[in-house]
Amino acid sequence: MTETIDLPVSGETFRDNVTKNYSNKLAKKRKKQIIVNQIGCADEVPEILANTRTAPGILTMRGCAYAGCKGVVLGPTRDILQIVHGPIGCSFYAWLTRRNKTKPRSAEAANYMPYCLSTDLQEDEIVFGGEKKLMAAIDEAVAMFHPKAIGIFATCPVGLIGDDVHAVARAAEEKYPDVNIFGFSCEGYKGVSQSAGHHIANNKVFTDVVGQLETPKEGQYRLNILGEYNIGGDAFEIERIAEACGLTVHSTFSGNSEYEEFASAHTADLNVVMCHRSINYLAEMMEKKYGIPWFKVNFIGVHPTAKSFRKIAQYYGDQALIDRTEAFIKAELAEAEKVRAEVYERCQGKTAMLFVGGSRAHHYQDLLREIGIKTIAAGYEFAHRDDYEGRKVLPDIIVDADSRNIEELSVAPDETRYSPRISEERKKQDEAGGFTYNDYRGMMPEMPVGSLVIDDCNHHELEALIDYYKPDLVCAGIKEKYIVQKRGIPMKQLHSYDYMGPFAGFRGAVNFYREIDRLLNCNVFRFAKAPWDNSPQLAATYVSK
Amino acid sequence: MFGTKIALSLLQKSFLPHPQKNAMRKIAIYGKGGIGKSTTTQNTVAALAEMGRNVMVVGCDPKADSTRLLLNGLAQKTVLDTLRIEGEDLDLDDVVRTGFKGTRCVESGGPEPGVGCAGRGIITSINLLEQLGAFDPQYKLDYTFYDVLGDVVCGGFAMPIRDGKAEEIYIVCSGEMMAMYAANNICKGVHKFAESGKVRLGGLICNSRKVDREADLITALAEKLGTQMIHFVPRDNIVQRAEINKKTVIDFDAAVEQAEEYRKLARAIEANKMFVIPSPLEIAELEELLMKFGIAD
Repeated sequence: MTETIDLPVSGETFRDNVTKNYSNKLAKKRKKQIIVNQIGCADEVPEILANTRTAPGILTMRGCAYAGCKGVVLGPTRDILQIVHGPIGCSFYAWLTRRNKTKPRSAEAANYMPYCLSTDLQEDEIVFGGEKKLMAAIDEAVAMFHPKAIGIFATCPVGLIGDDVHAVARAAEEKYPDVNIFGFSCEGYKGVSQSAGHHIANNKVFTDVVGQLETPKEGQYRLNILGEYNIGGDAFEIERIAEACGLTVHSTFSGNSEYEEFASAHTADLNVVMCHRSINYLAEMMEKKYGIPWFKVNFIGVHPTAKSFRKIAQYYGDQALIDRTEAFIKAELAEAEKVRAEVYERCQGKTAMLFVGGSRAHHYQDLLREIGIKTIAAGYEFAHRDDYEGRKVLPDIIVDADSRNIEELSVAPDETRYSPRISEERKKQDEAGGFTYNDYRGMMPEMPVGSLVIDDCNHHELEALIDYYKPDLVCAGIKEKYIVQKRGIPMKQLHSYDYMGPFAGFRGAVNFYREIDRLLNCNVFRFAKAPWDNSPQLAATYVSK
Repeated sequence: MFGTKIALSLLQKSFLPHPQKNAMRKIAIYGKGGIGKSTTTQNTVAALAEMGRNVMVVGCDPKADSTRLLLNGLAQKTVLDTLRIEGEDLDLDDVVRTGFKGTRCVESGGPEPGVGCAGRGIITSINLLEQLGAFDPQYKLDYTFYDVLGDVVCGGFAMPIRDGKAEEIYIVCSGEMMAMYAANNICKGVHKFAESGKVRLGGLICNSRKVDREADLITALAEKLGTQMIHFVPRDNIVQRAEINKKTVIDFDAAVEQAEEYRKLARAIEANKMFVIPSPLEIAELEELLMKFGIAD
């Protein structure tokens, strides 16, 4: 079913006006990144330019490769001791800013997330090299914590002075053979956005961690959840549902996770992918090497959650599992419906804009739709074309020089451990029946026709969007939060959920309904008036002698 | 002779006024690696010292061998090493050594090959020297020479020509092709900083490698760059012998002919009034020049 939206000012007009002040070259480029959504047959949508360089000088919403690798993908893991090789700020500002929660199995179990470890590089090490200090940091870390694994993260200056974090990791591993030590060349300047860092993280976790331990978890239906980072406790809620349905979550990459789960993740029978952008590499590589199939899920919104768990049950094909899942979903939906119906009355007809992530701008549209809020503009910070248009465009994506700078691993089936969990015939049969594997439909086919899709949106364009369309809600990150709120528009951070969560699963959806209800229907923004709205602009003159 | 002709053609170009009289002249010596920058600098400094000038030499090379001949050996503790060992509590006397005829010698130092960032080291070191007052009027310096490693490879190595740290650049070169490429490349760096600052090119010093028609070639290159060949230093084994003895030629044997060559160079620098923004050549132009003077016959 295709929704259509009539914007008060057409998307085309907006696009032409907002790019007027740009140079010709930039305007031409941005016009390829500001798209008015159309949906043809077979999910055909207009082409969007994505994963390209941000124009210098523009206030982008993007982050850096280091943020993607350390902050996003590895950050939420509790017992891989993470040492940031660089100046102290890089470490501090990537330290749990996304509010990833974790629950160690016992009070004694290792949890390094409350620690922020850095080599704290000084000018002296920049001049004379920082490898010795890194080695000293590893010595100190091993002496204090004796972790199972240590990850080393390279920052920009480390790349510039040529410190080799991999060589140090190898040397340290020789010194401490029972500690798995690996480095990430995730210098912030790599690639065009944090997306490069995700890829770098995926590669290293795949080569150095997954497959290191043969310790499968007990359970009949074992799966890994990829691309779920337990922001505000999302993974806890998903685990609750999975357990109630009778599933065994072997590991989550990387919310509420631990090293041993990663190291033995290849023993699970299914990978489900939440955040397609940040982790599809790992899903693809695990399928090639170990024969584990994957498909896309979405646990944001009660209906997507129900749909995703139904699909998982269907994959295992056990009637008892299917029945148990259905019964649980029924009960949970009924619970959530009580709140949803009430909130819907107060929120229906409102409009929202989402500029976040490489999947979140898509996932949260379903959740908003459940309470009657329409998404009139959305875009990703760091996604690629397939996240917008669907994986069907993968063969057509031109790999540019920036992407080539990020290593692409070539993966072959493991000689002894490759074991396809389902046969080719079964896969074909499933697909003929509409059950998709290795799929992602993309955001655009699920957005209203006529809505705006904007890649790598910036502050200039966001302010223009607010002026033109006066949305009732904006969802983005911390950099956008205050400029939106100063306009008197409620703003919800979807990187860290501000101070709330979970928002995933059934109970998470209820939290979100209530939070959005509270934001949209509280009076505070109506009382808030900027000083310049009340009194004329302040003027000043120079006082001469 | 070629000198007159070149000088006339150069007179038509816009010269900049000579740096203020009595003010310390700040000179940086660049050139291809191995061309003889340190040797030429120290021998020239020795000649200036002999003339009674107060000179300071700042070596900007991690190898820290820019003041060896003036100090009669590598006895120097580098600025960066001292900074590391002594910490913040640092005295100018810890890093300045007095060499031949009162020359003040400093070595920036830097990391061992293959680690860290030598360029950043030079920035740190020069800033520190300024903070410590190494260039204060009390030392009555007539000259400061920065002897810089190799080419203008990155921001750090360009430090002496940034922000007015050095205002006069001399490029040591020879008639060999790669030395001329390097000289041209350095001119690109000078050009870049000259537009925003006070730095100017003072000339090319030809340190002869006994290449055919070398003086003509370098004179022609200088003309194309908009500058002059300030002196042609002939090749003489006495330089090598003096070096083995850890001495400049003047220090080793003040009476030899080569000592006079360095005195001539020193006088030419002292009398120099030609400071230009160089116009670097396109590679094709440079190759054309080589064809004309070098390889053609």
